[in-house]
Amino acid sequence: MSINRRQFLRRAGMITALGLGSSFVISGFRKKEVAVAAEFATTPKGLQAKRWAMVVDMSKFKTEADINGVIEACHKLHNVPKFPNTKDEIKWIWEDDYHHTFAGGHNEYLDDHVLHSPFMVLCNHCENPPCVKACPTQATFQRPDGIVSMDYHRCIGCRFCMGACPFGARSFNFRDPRPFIEEVSAEYPTRTPGVVEKCNFCYERLADGLMPACVEKSNGGLIFGDLDDPDSEVRKIVSTKFTIRRKPELGTQPSVYYLVGGGEDA
Amino acid sequence: MYKGGKIFASLIIFAALFTIPFFYNMGKVNAGPDVALNTAAIQQLPASEQQCVESPEFMRANHMQLLNQWREEAVRNGQTVYVNSQGKEFEISLQDTCLKCHATESASKPAVLNNPVSTTAGVSNPALNESPEFCASCHDYSAVKPQCWSCHFEPKEAAK
Repeated sequence: MSINRRQFLRRAGMITALGLGSSFVISGFRKKEVAVAAEFATTPKGLQAKRWAMVVDMSKFKTEADINGVIEACHKLHNVPKFPNTKDEIKWIWEDDYHHTFAGGHNEYLDDHVLHSPFMVLCNHCENPPCVKACPTQATFQRPDGIVSMDYHRCIGCRFCMGACPFGARSFNFRDPRPFIEEVSAEYPTRTPGVVEKCNFCYERLADGLMPACVEKSNGGLIFGDLDDPDSEVRKIVSTKFTIRRKPELGTQPSVYYLVGGGEDA
Repeated sequence: MYKGGKIFASLIIFAALFTIPFFYNMGKVNAGPDVALNTAAIQQLPASEQQCVESPEFMRANHMQLLNQWREEAVRNGQTVYVNSQGKEFEISLQDTCLKCHATESASKPAVLNNPVSTTAGVSNPALNESPEFCASCHDYSAVKPQCWSCHFEPKEAAK
């Protein structure tokens, strides 16, 4: 009845080999990949660019009310929830003062108008996005048109991107956002708890041939276009007028430009 | 063997109890899921539009891979048009393409986003609602819960 160690090891080895071998016989012949005889294409109505960029004309944003309309349009379209606790806050576009927006470059004799203007801030869609480098799953990635986009399907909620972003442009869903969406928009999906979100330059609207929702709502205060195209309005403004960007010294090359001396009275 | 009789007797009793459901149901035919492929929403469409993006056999076996491919192409590569094996073009959109035909017909039973107080739009949802909704009819049967509907929802025509 009893077996010695050598016999035991030999039998165990044989059974293991048999098990592994038969599992291969069962699963090895099964076809895994699906070949779809189909192709993918871009839609002709979509807007194309090499590098999307935005100019914020500060002469058009004098009061917080001017900005709030823009924020509202964006947040409503993208189902951005409003949490009562500011620690849970989700924001795609928000408003900040000069000191926070352009930290480090403070000039104490700066005109009151600039110092006290409300600045509209959003994801800068940097040319060298640190968030993309930080993301371990490539859930955030840079599209060929320069938009730094999010794939919520892949986000594992590690929040490395939030640490990497020098502009605080990313928000994390600590709680289920759905109960806190005041008016549900069927144009864009909601998010789940545990994913990071941010402005996406309305790539879903660009694909439909529309300008971003904030640009549409801004009455010309936001100018959006292809920085790579010498005839585009953004390129003309950026190359002929004095614009500033947030934290240019970090070398991330933001795509959002602030035109501070734009209007006649600014 | 020490107390061999008791061990073997217990093992047999255990095996018998464990396999009761199997023997109990043996020979009985289980009614499969009732998938509504000919709903009013589909019948209203012109005959040329009544075909799914691929053949029903293909979709039945491979819709999950197709959805994954669509997701990758649309979200990551900006390719928002799908050209199927017959050369016909479709917009890649769960809400506007798939659910155009496969939406729930039960606007009577909207699964309002889980805060009915602050939500004005009742968003009904084919996977959350109980059968005979399209996705749910098979997914309930096979107890596979798709995660699509934790973010996506139905087109606005259906959301009253």
